[in-house]
Amino acid sequence: MSTCFDDPDPEAPKAVSMLPEPYVVVSRNQETADTFTIALRPADGGVMRSFAPGQFNMLYAFGTGESAISISGSPEDGGVLVHTIRRVGAVTSALDRLAPGSVVGLRGPFGSPWPMQQVRGRDLVFVAGGIGLAPLRPAILQVFSHRADYGRIVILAGARSPADVIFHDELHSWMQEPDTEVQLTVDRADADWHHHVGVVTTLIPRARFDPANAVAMVCGPEIMMRFTAVEMARIGLPEARIFVTLERNMKCAVGLCGHCQFGPEFICRDGPVFRHDRIRHWFSHREV
Amino acid sequence: MTTEPPVLLLREHFDTLLEALARRGYKVVGPTVSEGTIVYDEVSRAEDLPVGWTDEQEGGRYRLKRRDDAALFGYAVGAQSWKQYLHPPRLRLVKADRDASGRMSFSDGDDAEPERYAFLGVRSCELHAMTIQDRVFLGSGVADTHYERRRKRVFSIGVSCGVAGGTCFCVSMGTGPQVTDRTPHDLALTEVIEEERHYFILTAGSDEGREVLAGLPVTPAGETEVSAAKQRVDQTAATMGRRMNAEGVRELLLENLEHPRWDDVAQRCLTCANCTLVCPTCFCTTVEDVADLTGDHAERWRRWDSCFTLDFTWMHGGSARQSGKSRYRQWLTHKLSTWHDQFGSSGCVGCGRCITWCPVGIDLTQEIAAFRDHPITPSPSQP
Repeated sequence: MSTCFDDPDPEAPKAVSMLPEPYVVVSRNQETADTFTIALRPADGGVMRSFAPGQFNMLYAFGTGESAISISGSPEDGGVLVHTIRRVGAVTSALDRLAPGSVVGLRGPFGSPWPMQQVRGRDLVFVAGGIGLAPLRPAILQVFSHRADYGRIVILAGARSPADVIFHDELHSWMQEPDTEVQLTVDRADADWHHHVGVVTTLIPRARFDPANAVAMVCGPEIMMRFTAVEMARIGLPEARIFVTLERNMKCAVGLCGHCQFGPEFICRDGPVFRHDRIRHWFSHREV
Repeated sequence: MTTEPPVLLLREHFDTLLEALARRGYKVVGPTVSEGTIVYDEVSRAEDLPVGWTDEQEGGRYRLKRRDDAALFGYAVGAQSWKQYLHPPRLRLVKADRDASGRMSFSDGDDAEPERYAFLGVRSCELHAMTIQDRVFLGSGVADTHYERRRKRVFSIGVSCGVAGGTCFCVSMGTGPQVTDRTPHDLALTEVIEEERHYFILTAGSDEGREVLAGLPVTPAGETEVSAAKQRVDQTAATMGRRMNAEGVRELLLENLEHPRWDDVAQRCLTCANCTLVCPTCFCTTVEDVADLTGDHAERWRRWDSCFTLDFTWMHGGSARQSGKSRYRQWLTHKLSTWHDQFGSSGCVGCGRCITWCPVGIDLTQEIAAFRDHPITPSPSQP
């Protein structure tokens, strides 16, 4: 096992073609009012693409356009590629309208994965804000299917309101896993909410894990990730063991269109998963 | 270095070069005068070139004016660069079709055989720009096959500059004005006009260039003529319109990301994107998806984009770079600083186009000088 979390796991598969491949929508699940999950499999007997947790695909809604969508299913489920999508623009609205049996275009997978190979034996802290839980879910599923390979598991998930919590039932089932702690929080609670209220970073000092051994994987709004890194540093988890995943406008997904630049990084190619200290300099400036 | 000795081609024989290239199947494109500027277009004879023209360039100003001789290459550069041929402003990437059963199929939208171009009159800064774009498109991970197919067909004839433009600073960037073997080219020429004679000193930079030269009515160039050519290029180097101290610029900008000068330049910048469009190395693109009226035939087009538009960083919730200040900062730090991290060199070749074609004459050499003159103290957390 490597202890110097240098680079993304090198074996992560990468697509190179600019031509989408047709995929059929196998199933569709409404997660929240504006978020849905679709499972895709190759149309016409095409070859299923394998991926590593943290990677994303470019999904194409016919005639409307492409959107970068992280993969939210298990990397060990060879049957389908699962994507959890929030309806925010023209492409995601078009994807939202697709019934099972519909066809989409897919390019991928792209980007750097979570460092799953390098973190075996360690405590893992997953910190998610809103739909940020989606790109973390493949990592969490992989951990639970190889439970003995990892130390204590802590999942801290925040959402705007109870109705905005995605993977609600699954979060509760993870609470039953051995040596696992799942803490939920919302910005605005209602009368039925039995969990925390407040920003997700307030859960960090309360969670039980060993900062000397733990690795944090964080996905959410940039401000939330920034404060998570500060809070982790405060309890003694060094930033070389904090991984964040960034988001920017992406067109090509292969580092050629220039849109997703973040300082010297092309988020689509060098990220989206970064070791925090690698991007700290740029992360501390506004409007990069 | 070029091994063969240079040869001399008289002006009255210049057309033989164009004819030789045409015979080899090349479409020759070179500088022409159009709409008051130098425009790259198809040329078939020397008279198609800007004979006897030169240019006056300053921040926000470009004018053609008459020379008192009949030089073919007596100006610097116009707004256009060769990237329009290698990295087309608009390109169909993908064709998508859907049949009655909903089945979808995709095919390459860039399916026509690219033209074989001979680029006539590529300045040293432009050869450097092409080398930089080679690294962008072919040297870092996934290759841009559209660029690759066009690039490998090109025959390039470099020209060492006999005149420096008012906004040129290639000497500061180490990219000119002499065409050298640091940048791939097939032929390189220097124009010399004397009282009695008008000629070109030519060298070959490739086997194909040697083949072309072998078929031309050239004579061995004498020492006097070679040194006359060198003197003209030296004179160009000594009269650069601009200068920029490029040493340590990568670090200078990294340490000054919050410098008040960004606010100052943002007051002047119109975020019009001219600088990125005229820049010979800027490569950013966006895509547009269109469908026909049946809804069953769609296309995905790629077109040049610019980091100066608000749309460039649009995500749900807004743009990452809202202010003009942040967009100018992105452009300048990318060009002069993070480009080094990404592609191992500066993204600037000192051609001066971004200064000339800026409607308000923003001059990056002045901006860099301003950061140098009044740096803010780097905080201890800087890398």
